Amino acid sequence: MSISREEIKHIANLSRINVEDNMVDKYAETLSNIVDMANEISKLNTDDVKPTAHILENVNVFRKDEVKPSYSRDRILENAPTKESGCISLPKVVE
Amino acid sequence: MELYSLTIHEISDKIKSKEVTIREVLDSIYSRIDDIETKVNAYINLTKEYAYIRADKLQKKLNDGEDIGILGGVPIAIKDNICIKDVKTTCGSKMLENFVSPYDATVIERLESLGAIIIGKTNMDEFAMGSSTESSYFKKTVNPWDITKVPGGSSGGSAASVSSDMAFASLGSDTGGSIRQPASYCSTVGMKPTYGLVSRFGLVAFASSLDQIGPFTKDVTDMAIMLNSIVGHDDKDTTSVNLNKIDYTKYLINDVKDITIGVPIEFLKEGLNPEVKKAFDSSIDKLVEHGAKVIDVNLDYIKYSLATYYIIATAEASSNLGRYDGIKYGYRTDKFEDLLDLYKKSRTEGFGEEVKRRIMLGTYVLSSGYYDAYYKKAQKVRTLIINDFKRVFESCDIIAIPTAPNTAFKIGAKTTNPLEMYLEDIYTVPVNMAGLPGISIPCGFDSNNMPIGLQFIASAFEEKKLLQAAYTFEQNTEFHKMKPNI
Repeated sequence: MSISREEIKHIANLSRINVEDNMVDKYAETLSNIVDMANEISKLNTDDVKPTAHILENVNVFRKDEVKPSYSRDRILENAPTKESGCISLPKVVE
Repeated sequence: MELYSLTIHEISDKIKSKEVTIREVLDSIYSRIDDIETKVNAYINLTKEYAYIRADKLQKKLNDGEDIGILGGVPIAIKDNICIKDVKTTCGSKMLENFVSPYDATVIERLESLGAIIIGKTNMDEFAMGSSTESSYFKKTVNPWDITKVPGGSSGGSAASVSSDMAFASLGSDTGGSIRQPASYCSTVGMKPTYGLVSRFGLVAFASSLDQIGPFTKDVTDMAIMLNSIVGHDDKDTTSVNLNKIDYTKYLINDVKDITIGVPIEFLKEGLNPEVKKAFDSSIDKLVEHGAKVIDVNLDYIKYSLATYYIIATAEASSNLGRYDGIKYGYRTDKFEDLLDLYKKSRTEGFGEEVKRRIMLGTYVLSSGYYDAYYKKAQKVRTLIINDFKRVFESCDIIAIPTAPNTAFKIGAKTTNPLEMYLEDIYTVPVNMAGLPGISIPCGFDSNNMPIGLQFIASAFEEKKLLQAAYTFEQNTEFHKMKPNI
């Protein structure tokens, strides 16, 4: 398999997703199959080809710096799981 | 004939001539929904109360002699990854089960300013990742043509709602085929416009360089009307282009004598279902009969589109979906030890399997040591695919290709092997890689009476050519008039 058990654990951690021990093999197998399929592009010679990040040729699209009404704080906070004194609250980060 | 079975252009005439009231139109569509939605499961959420309030306002305007817009009083369904103010936008995910959007997507503002009435939010694969609408957290939508089969995806609810007359039109989003493939499976017209033509503001991001909003309609005339309604520059989306406004209805021309169609014969030699091939070949014959010139074209790199797509789309998705952290909005786990544990548990419990798989794959191809081999390589192959299309469009106006290699499959048939599911997108993905416009129109049925779709592809911002070819095909065939027996 092109992706090992160790790599699955590493990617899961980077992705901030928990993968149960009994699921690691399954993920390794499925992701390896997809990566093997994707690997067919490795045989193409792309030495002199520029990468495309975006099909449009726009660079630095600016708009006028105008003051406009934004959304109300209360409205935005309605979607927050927990809030306190007009702020989103979260567990203590710094001891 | 019931009101719900009409097209946009037919129902708007009746509304404007006051042959029917907007309330009657809504009554008709909601009673249709009452009758068959328990079977089809196209909707996640209906916006009935709000729809009737709008209906009464629009009717009053009409009665006062005011213009109510080209979509005045027409009921339209919206995929549940497009934000509507004060309405839930779930993306088919537990992660956003209770998310209520504080603003309207630009396409919603446009539709409503032209008189449309939003009647509900449609089911979809979770975060638009899938080709069958089976990965939705909430329900499985079925294909109105055979309720044991999938409607396609990811915009399966939007396709099924139009196909079964539970909406006059709908909006979906297309990242790798998510409008065209379900349109093909359900026998509706579906278009993915050129990247940048329609504002993505308010569309929940999946793969930002590929995503585009587009309509599902019952016929090509309605497609031109819907395009007229949603196209246009928006300064809230930096990738939105600023072009002169086109009236797309002017290109509803029943003639293809000036059109050269390229067919990538080599690409169609493997993996194409024989019944789909037969329908495709006779569609091409039909177009030739009406004067189109057909040539064989070679797209050398198109076969690498799927591989390239699953690197680029997952890379962008892993980045875009990083925002779901259980802090600002969306699902948060009940019990956690510290901040990292909160992130991990919220994401693990809030996302479904396919989404986690793609986030992890995207993280892998972007991770240190693999970035050049996968992500950068894929971006280079993307350039080759784009150049391929550019070269081919020097010798033809549009490319014709089936929309999907097969007709709709049984529910559950492809959920265990994701690669098999991905292959259903083989003919639609290249269009997104190159940012081009593509349309799927009904072109036949297989021996089980399941719909087959014909896809046209044009160069950037040449939607008018797609409409002309599609309209000519439609005016000389009867497939779009067939309705599922549900």
